[in-house]
Amino acid sequence: MRLTCPYCGERDHQEFTYRGDASARRPSLDSQSIDEHNAYVFDRANPDGIHHELWNHTSGCRTHVVVARNTVTHEIISCDPVGPFAKVMK
Amino acid sequence: MRYSAFAILKNALRGNRDWTPAWRKPEPKSKYDVIIIGGGGHGLSTAFYLASVHGITNVAVIEKGYLGSGNVGRNTTIVRSNYRLTPNSRFYEKSMELWRELSHTLNYNVMFSPRGVLNLAHNPGQMDTMAERGNQMRLMGVRSELLDRDQVARLNPGLDVSGSARFPIEGGLLQPDAGNARHDAVAWGYARGADQLGVDLLEGTEVVDFLKEGDTIVGVEVMRNGERSEIRAEKTGVAVAGNTGRVMKMAGVDHLPIESTVLQAFVSESIKPIIPNVVTFGAGHLYVSQSDKGGLVFGGNIDYYNSYAQRGNLPVWEEVTSELVAMFPNFARLRLLRSWGGVMDMSMDGSPIITTGPLPGMYLNAGWCYGGFKATPASGWCFAHTIANDKAHNLNALFTLERFKDGNPIDELGAGPTPWYH
Repeated sequence: MRLTCPYCGERDHQEFTYRGDASARRPSLDSQSIDEHNAYVFDRANPDGIHHELWNHTSGCRTHVVVARNTVTHEIISCDPVGPFAKVMK
Repeated sequence: MRYSAFAILKNALRGNRDWTPAWRKPEPKSKYDVIIIGGGGHGLSTAFYLASVHGITNVAVIEKGYLGSGNVGRNTTIVRSNYRLTPNSRFYEKSMELWRELSHTLNYNVMFSPRGVLNLAHNPGQMDTMAERGNQMRLMGVRSELLDRDQVARLNPGLDVSGSARFPIEGGLLQPDAGNARHDAVAWGYARGADQLGVDLLEGTEVVDFLKEGDTIVGVEVMRNGERSEIRAEKTGVAVAGNTGRVMKMAGVDHLPIESTVLQAFVSESIKPIIPNVVTFGAGHLYVSQSDKGGLVFGGNIDYYNSYAQRGNLPVWEEVTSELVAMFPNFARLRLLRSWGGVMDMSMDGSPIITTGPLPGMYLNAGWCYGGFKATPASGWCFAHTIANDKAHNLNALFTLERFKDGNPIDELGAGPTPWYH
């Protein structure tokens, strides 16, 4: 697989470190709900199809990239910088 | 038909015309007591123990492809119980107990070969950890031996034990009672055993939806020969390994503490006997043994990212083969015969889930990471108990879905909720 880092361009996925599901949302800091925290830490949708995930460009610019990838075909749909630009589906 | 030396002789004299298929190809009934989704090792062994231990024979095993077409036929066939944490030790030692008798239990040669599993250590710190693990194993009644470098060299003459090796070997931990089994034979043996006790094995039958009454699962809707039909059951067990996410979504369970990834395995061309046991590399992750046909069977880490593809990427090939050559330099010129991938259900703590629920009428067997093959007998044995009694056996009482939320994960590696590291 080759991922397109928004800053460095197209690179082999070996340069990146996989950081898991990007759609997991940390509960708000004042949340006391065990269920919300449990869901954030442990529960995953694990889709067969489009998966939004974080890859860190460890051997490059060291920023996180939100990658939309098909888990059945390995097709890369998009690579976005993290933050407000990321098109992560909830 | 009972298999024996006498049966071979008798059939040979009659020109081998009287052999019958190992199991029937029945048409599905409209209702069963228990449905097991997934005709792999765990599903078939569950059906076998439901019938043989609990007397529940009105059972159907529903399989999308052919029996044993998933991970039970894709693994590197290693059977061991060298664990550190008590729940895992007890569970996998139960599996070893069943493995030792399995060929007799099933009247089918699963070629269980307790040839020993050797984990290598490459520095004093690792030797300390191995001594600790070996002691933990002994406390649980599992034999273990801590070996120094000379003992390792005597056991595996092909190993590079010199000080100039890339990762010089200090010693290792041996579980002498661990070993290998013939993986396809395990699936076929359990299938034949279950079939003889009256279980219906429904191949080419895909579950496309669950039947629900309120929240309760009351059966499944299947596609078979291009036709949709309903099969009802009081109890529905799910044992579909890497496809757990897919199947549970149909039941409306869209989040689980499981992620699917791909694990690759490799076989080399056949050579004369050189590895008498199973050897694992301690400075990376590699396990290798030699099949009875002479090919080296080996594998390493999963392809870290989420995947439902039964194929992986090349960087893992490079890593795995370089580790093999670092251990055994004389394998450098061997050619690979083939490689393949299987989809692993990686749990959040690296330990399995065998439980009632998560919905009424449903039972879940999942989260095997990439150690499901050795668990096949105990997994089926415990899952059958759980289904028959609506309650977990002591051996799987801690393998729940709730353990994460309750703060009781069984994290053998201490890696935390990062399924791609387990």
